Amino acid sequence: MGVELPTTEFSDIPDELWLELEAHAHEAAEGHSAVVRLLDEKGGFAAGSKLADAVRALNPEDLRAMYRDMAMIRRFDIEATALQRQGQLSLWVPLRGQEAAQIGSGRATQPQDYLFPTYREHGVALTRGVELGELLRLFRGLSNGGWDPRETGFHLYTLVLAAQVPHAVGYAMGIQRDAARAEARGEDPGDPGAVVAYFGDGASSEGDVHESMVFAASFKAPVVFFCQNNQWAISVPAEVQSRIPLFNRAKGYGFPGVRVDGNDVLAVYAVTQWALARARAGKGPVLIEAYTYRQGAHTTADDPTKYRLSDEERMWLERDPVSRFEAYLRAEGIADDAFFADVAAAGDALAAKARADILSFEAPSLEDAFANVYAEPHPLVAEELAWHREYEAGFADTESAVDADRAQEGGR
Amino acid sequence: MTKQIFTLPDVGEGLTEAEIVAWKVKPGDTVAINDIICEIETAKSLVELPSPYAGTVLDLLAPEHQTIEVGSPIIAIGEGADDGVGAPSGAASSASVVGSPSALGESLDSPVPVMHEPGIESGPLVGSGPKADAAKRRPRRAAPSSARQVPPPVPAREPEAVWSPLNKPEAPAAVAPTQPAAEVTAPAQAPNAVVGLLSRVLAKPPVRRIAKELGINLEDVPATGARGEVTRADLESYQAQREREQDAAPTFWEPAKKAQQQRVEVIPVRGVRKATAKAMVDSAFSAPHVSIFVDVDASRTMEFVQRLKKSRDFEGIKVSPLLILAKAVIWAAARNPSVNSQWVSAPGGDEIHVKHFMNLGIAAATPRGLLVPNIKDAQDLSLKELAIALNELATTARAGKTKPADMQDGTLTITNIGALGIDIGTPIINPGEVAIVAFGTIKQKPWVVSGEVIPRWITTLGGSFDHRVVDGDLSARFMADVAAIMEEPALLLD
Repeated sequence: MGVELPTTEFSDIPDELWLELEAHAHEAAEGHSAVVRLLDEKGGFAAGSKLADAVRALNPEDLRAMYRDMAMIRRFDIEATALQRQGQLSLWVPLRGQEAAQIGSGRATQPQDYLFPTYREHGVALTRGVELGELLRLFRGLSNGGWDPRETGFHLYTLVLAAQVPHAVGYAMGIQRDAARAEARGEDPGDPGAVVAYFGDGASSEGDVHESMVFAASFKAPVVFFCQNNQWAISVPAEVQSRIPLFNRAKGYGFPGVRVDGNDVLAVYAVTQWALARARAGKGPVLIEAYTYRQGAHTTADDPTKYRLSDEERMWLERDPVSRFEAYLRAEGIADDAFFADVAAAGDALAAKARADILSFEAPSLEDAFANVYAEPHPLVAEELAWHREYEAGFADTESAVDADRAQEGGR
Repeated sequence: MTKQIFTLPDVGEGLTEAEIVAWKVKPGDTVAINDIICEIETAKSLVELPSPYAGTVLDLLAPEHQTIEVGSPIIAIGEGADDGVGAPSGAASSASVVGSPSALGESLDSPVPVMHEPGIESGPLVGSGPKADAAKRRPRRAAPSSARQVPPPVPAREPEAVWSPLNKPEAPAAVAPTQPAAEVTAPAQAPNAVVGLLSRVLAKPPVRRIAKELGINLEDVPATGARGEVTRADLESYQAQREREQDAAPTFWEPAKKAQQQRVEVIPVRGVRKATAKAMVDSAFSAPHVSIFVDVDASRTMEFVQRLKKSRDFEGIKVSPLLILAKAVIWAAARNPSVNSQWVSAPGGDEIHVKHFMNLGIAAATPRGLLVPNIKDAQDLSLKELAIALNELATTARAGKTKPADMQDGTLTITNIGALGIDIGTPIINPGEVAIVAFGTIKQKPWVVSGEVIPRWITTLGGSFDHRVVDGDLSARFMADVAAIMEEPALLLD
């Protein structure tokens, strides 16, 4: 006796602390829901905002280019949807309504940055210089990717929900380590790069996103979590995904979170630019929640009329990002009718080119698969390729057989 | 002016059909690319289809409000002569892939445009999801160095077997049944080191040696090991099976050796076989069956049976677990009377007749075939009387002396399929009844009791019920009651 055993029981919570916790819990459950916005729904500019300077640094040409991107990608999206309906694509993932969130964030990135998209970031792809026709290869089932991500800093699409987010954090940590190593060797690390991890409100419920945010916070990784909250995870509404406004979650991980009007291209641009600058400066991650709306279906295999009301769709149409920005450009005298007509014509040309591209795509042969096994030549792969060629050459459908086939066809 | 056919696409990841809700165009209309031509309803959604071609609508090939398959032609559009953008380029590229434009045009001008099977390269991806691969193989060239002689492909058939965009594999081409066999044998013999490496069966050296001694080709042995490795156990079981087959073979195949035409024995369906067949068909197709199963720890039943066998009261009487099950069924039916009933289709409307007596049927294999004699008023019998009745019933049935009256007016049946070591099956209800209980074999199995795995006597009970009368809830209660008695026969004292 006399030895005091350690206890696992805690003394009770003092009353005053209890009340404070209760009050705090209540407050936290509400969350704050302030939205950063520079353009109101009529296109009026909030000149007093702290972020307005980022926009003032843009010249009229930049602003027009921003609009052009938005309009072009919308036109491309319409064409791709039509191509799917015509049986030329197995699937298409429309982005209509999210142009501002994508063009604004994409245009805020630097060439040395690296972006991890979901499968809907067609607008971001445009800003990174990805050949848009190449996007269609994936949706036509011809390729698992379609472009070389190293050329554009735009990673391949990831169809598995949220799987790209840990990759993005890992890439960001790699950037950190490369820089540290270069510094240790006394070399110039070059312009610091940062990473953007795109995901949606639905993916925010996945464990991958949680783990990514824990690591990003712990290592102060140069990554911007860019969540496009388009209100619907297929048919599940965003308020079911999160009881508090989504960006509040960042607080729990220990980095800033901000909600931006995702249909305001200037605000998205300014906020993303700020977050990327912060990440490059070694201050760690930021969560941006771009509050936007998916005007169309989740994919071409989905029918949104089954789960949401047309009143809601109408309300969001009034907040349309493209027409809002057009109103701003017209009001400021930055663009005129000729400019908009020119953009519309360029959009039609882009759509026609996409249609021509897709019809000219050739299916890859099985032989191409051998090229993607190892980075360098490998004797076993070479041997197997030789065997495959011999096997393929062993079929009897020679030219003469095909000719005979055609002759029979013609005579029918 | 060339005619272009638009076939119904798969607009939603694996759809096979859709219904045209409304046409938005009619023959004679001019359409541009992406003009809406019709609205279709799929299993997933209502979708507007945009035209892939510009030109004049020549014909609507599918009516409204009719379900059509993905890949069926729905509209014919004649290409406008002045149109130089979009569609012509698409048409030209697709034509260049599938063949000469004239050949394409001709095939499309035929009254039924079935030929426009999409090419892989640029045709529409219709039916990309569900359609299975071509089952037919392409013919192989005879390898010059091949050991066996493969007959050269028959020239006349060759084009049909060639798989090309123009000639779809499902084309109604009759292929001689012998030809695929020849095709299949050819690739196996390509004398190539890689092929040998890939086709070599995995097995450890001792296993190879045993196989060699026994004269077994390892390729014939079904492999269960990791990565398809043939294990020693595989080899032993293969050898055991081979011995059994060799032993059985002469008797089993004997009739065939005598006369080739006796390879199939023809048995006229008469008597009990005919009656059984009719009863089973009637029951299976008039009463919607629902079957449920329950695993039961019958250890106490086994103990109980042992005690009964030793008791002086039951001397000379055969006692088996079936007796306990019979008693359990009677007990459970008394608690759930609706399972002991009959569905009667009367002129004034259907009726359910609930029987307040139990004529317990026991399915019995007899020399004449399957018979289901029943024990009349089984609810009134004591355990001993029931045991005697069961014995009599079985003896009579086995002797082939079951009288028609013994088989009439059954109200509920037990089938003891466990007698032959069968775990459980889905019984078919005896016509005129609404429930049947199948009794699986009782054998020792590992069972978890109070968190420990111990050997217990386990059986599986199965019940089929006529869902017109017995709902899931009732069938579950009844089976649970039967199971409860098998678990604890003492409850019969209740």
